[in-house]
This record gives sequence, structure tokens and C-alpha cells, in this order.
Amino acid sequence: MDQPAQRRRRYAAVAATDRAFLFAVYAAVGLFVLLVALLFASLVHGSWPSLREFGARFLWTSQWNPVTNQFGALPLIFGTLVSSLIAIVLAGIVGVLAAAFLAEFAPGWLARPLSFIIELLAAVPSVVFGLWGLFVLAPAVRSSIGPFLQKTLGFLPIFAGPIYGVGLFTAGLVLALMILPTVTAISREVIAAIARDQREASMALGATKWETVASVVLPAARVGIFGAIVLGLGRALGETIATTMVIGNRPEIAASLFAPSYTLASLIANEFTEANGRIYVSALLELGLLLFLVSFVVNGFARLMLYTVLRRG
Amino acid sequence: MRARHIRSFIGTALTAFCASLGAVALLLIFAYVLLQGFRALNPAFVTQLPVPVGESGGGVANGIVGSAITVALAIVIAMPIGLLSGLFLALFGRGWFPSVVRFLSDVLSGIPSIAIGLFAYILFVAPFRHFSALSASFAFAMLMLPVILRTSEDAVRSVPREIREGALALGMSEYATTMRIVVPAARSAIITGLLLSIARVTGETAPLIFTAFGTPFWELNPSNPMAQLPLQIFTYAISAYQSWHQQAWAGALLLICAVFVLNVFARLVLSPMAKR
Repeated sequence: MDQPAQRRRRYAAVAATDRAFLFAVYAAVGLFVLLVALLFASLVHGSWPSLREFGARFLWTSQWNPVTNQFGALPLIFGTLVSSLIAIVLAGIVGVLAAAFLAEFAPGWLARPLSFIIELLAAVPSVVFGLWGLFVLAPAVRSSIGPFLQKTLGFLPIFAGPIYGVGLFTAGLVLALMILPTVTAISREVIAAIARDQREASMALGATKWETVASVVLPAARVGIFGAIVLGLGRALGETIATTMVIGNRPEIAASLFAPSYTLASLIANEFTEANGRIYVSALLELGLLLFLVSFVVNGFARLMLYTVLRRG
Repeated sequence: MRARHIRSFIGTALTAFCASLGAVALLLIFAYVLLQGFRALNPAFVTQLPVPVGESGGGVANGIVGSAITVALAIVIAMPIGLLSGLFLALFGRGWFPSVVRFLSDVLSGIPSIAIGLFAYILFVAPFRHFSALSASFAFAMLMLPVILRTSEDAVRSVPREIREGALALGMSEYATTMRIVVPAARSAIITGLLLSIARVTGETAPLIFTAFGTPFWELNPSNPMAQLPLQIFTYAISAYQSWHQQAWAGALLLICAVFVLNVFARLVLSPMAKR
């Protein structure tokens, strides 16, 4: 047996290790929260000169001219929104239906590998998506997909005009592929979380499996599905490299989806290392701040919705 | 009655079609990268430095090594903070503060990597007026943190309470219980999360543009600009030269294989081990 003095020393040593351990745990969490706060603060600080110089004008003027130090982000906001919108419409429809198949119709031996393959799609680096979009998809849009849409729906202004291959439409397609796994995986989780008795009640009333899914399960899962799509939107809004490679990089607002455009993230990627002058750098940082704020709100909104349906968090 | 069944069949078939679209897209992209990349892939590509336009041959050896160094440093930064924060959430997870941390972490995982890159630039590049691989590692670490944090929390939570309480009841200290009993029991799941976070940043390109910056030379010092494979692919892809396009495909093949191997290993090998 230990002598009392020895034992006290050992207890003291244990208590000291525990205190140090707890301190490390708290310090890590504190550092994490501090880093997130610093991320926001540094972007605000960096864009301060531009915020003061341009104010709200930054958001709704369309001239982006580093030579005259005039910076208006409207065309970039337009390009970002429209390309993301195309993406969530396409990925929303396909992703939710795919999720319904994986969660409801597919047998386990098919659902598991298929879910895995779709999740692998999320792992494809965005520069690879960009490369494929630039050398495979864009030529296809120029030579076949675009002309086909123009022939059938060309009376709509959004499908009129010359087809370059790169542009809003191609960017939207690539983004749709990139966010499809997010929408599918989360919708599947949400659908799987719908209570069994709802399905059974519907089937007991004589509805077919499809009618049950379409008129009971999907409506019951709508909040979560909406959350999944908004999460996909967040990802599309901030995607940089793939968009930069296929959108054409021209800060103009055009009615046609085949026209080249530009996004907030792409412009930062293209111009930041060449930017000189305080105001120019600051204007680019303000684009970053805008992107941060928008994705913070969009993602926060989506997460809060998903917390309520998935009870995690 | 018949019409309803036909409609139901069509509806079901439509969902199956949509599910196969994602898989088909992946296979198409992968097959194309494989086909194009294989043509330009040779021993020189992975062992030699880039050559100027017009000369044939050359490789991306410096980019491969540079990416490995940058990711390794990011792990060193992110792992302790992420694991300890995850432990915090698993052990003291109730109340408003842990909920705020979880929310911040989930939202941070959706913040565009380019905004994180700007943050790294402001913090580590602008003050020194010098691009560095270290600043890229910091940006990567910020991108890895949410993944490590939430997966470690889930991993530690999934260890049965009795194991932890048993160790404490036997007189083990809080520290020893956590680090020698609970964390080892959750090891597979924690490593799964780490691998997924590595896969998440390995293909990242956007934050590298104004942090690591890239260089055509050998550079092993992380406080200097360093070549990065994804950045080289990007530069080669948007160039106007056929030979560079070929190299971009070869680089894309390497990158996609690395990311797939990490994902497959994490999800198919480690993750089932963690569940057992």
C-alpha cells in the first residue's frame, strides 16, 4: 500500500493531468470558435476600404473596371445566381427522385452500391469536373445539346443567341452534377427517417407503393428535402474552379443561357493574384465577404431545417 | 385500376432512371479521364519537373510532392483541434454552447473554399507579402476541421457509456479513460473521418491560387511558394497548348485515383470495421 503522503502526491498528479487535459479540450473548442469568428472579421476588415468607397452601390452597379477603379458586382451576382439556379432545378428533380428510388424502391443489394457510387461522384475534385466540362461537355453543348434546345425551345429568349459552348448553361449542368450527390444523399436520409406507420396506413388504404411515395412519403419529407436542396444551392453558389473553367468569364448580363457569364468565386480566382492597388484588392475581398455571408445564411438555414427533421445537432 | 398500376410503374421507373443518372455520370467522367490520362501517363510524368511550353516530356513530380507536404501539414494543424473539439462535444455535449459549436462546424463545412483561401491569404500571406505552402495548409486545415470534428464526436459517442464509466470506476483519471480507453475504442471511426477529410482537401484547387501559388521548380520549404498538383492541372487545362492539355488529363487521373482510393478505403474497409 502507498503511504498517505505518496498517495496524496499521486492524486495531485492525476488531478493535474486531468486539469491539463480538460484545459486542452476547452482550448481546442475555443480556438475553433475563434477561427470561425476571425474568418468573418478578417473578411470584413479586408473589404472595409471597398465597403466605405462603394457602399450599397457595389451590389447593383454593373461596371467591373480595375483601370478606373469602378467596381460593381451585379453581373457576377447574376451569373452566380443563374448558374446555381439551373443546377438546383436539375439536381433537385433528379436528386429527389433518385433518393426516393434508393430509399423506397431499390432492394438492398442495389441501393447500397448505387448510393456508394453516387457518393463517389461528390469526391471527384472540382478541377476534374472543370476539365471534363471544358473538353467534353462544352463541345457537346456547342454541337448538339445547344442546337437541339434552340430548335425546340428557341422561341424563348433564354435559349436564343449564339452558342459558344462555355456559358451559363454549361456551368449550370456541371454544377448540377456536382451537387447531385449532396441532394440525393441527404434527401435519402430524410426520406428514410419518415415513420413506418405513415407508409403502412397508405398501403393499407390500397395505394400502390408509388402512390404512397408520391403522395404520402415525399410530402411528409418536404421540409428535409427542401433543406437538402438548399444545402446543394449553398455548394453551387460557392463552387469556384469548375465554374471558372466552363462559364466563359465575361462580366455581362445576357438573357440567353448560352451566353458567357461570370461568378463571384470565379472572378476572385482569376483576378486576385494580379490585383494591385488597395481598392482593387479590397473590392475582391468584398466579393469574398459577400460569398461568405450568403453561404453562411443559406447553409445555416438548410442546417436548421435538417436538424428539426433528422434530430441531430 | 390498370391505369393506376401503369402510372405507378412509370413513376417507379422514372426514379430508377434518375438514380442511374448519377452513377452513369460518374462512370462517364471516370472513363474519359482514364482514357485520356492513360495516354499521357508515363514514368517521366511522376518523376520529372515541368518543362517549358514547346518542349516535350516533363512531369509534375514537384506538384505531387508539394501537395503531399501541404496536406500533411494540414493534418498536423487540423487533427489535434478537430479531435479535441470532437471530444468536447461528445463528453460535454449538452447546453447552448456545444449546440453553437455544432452549428458553426456544419455551416463552416459549407463555406466556399475560396473564401477560406482569402482568409488564409489575409492571415498568412498579406502580412509577409510572401506566398507560402504553410498558408495553403492552414486553409486546408480549416476545410478539414468540420469533417474531423463531427466524425470524432460521433465516433466517441458510439463507444458504450459502460466502457467509459467502468474505467472511471476503476479509478482511472479522466485523461487516461478518454485517451487510453475511449479514443482507442473509437479509433476506426476517427480514422475514417480523417481519411474523408484528407480526400476532401486533396482535390481542392481554389484556395491554392493565392496561398501556395505554385512554382515550376522543386520547393520543399513550406514557408515558400510550392507547386501543387491540382493547381498544375488547372493551369494546364486552361492553357492553349495541346501537350499541356494531355498533361492535365494525366494529372487529373492521378488526382481522381488518389481521392477514390481514400474514399473506398475509408467507406468500404474502415467504416464497416468501426461498426463491428
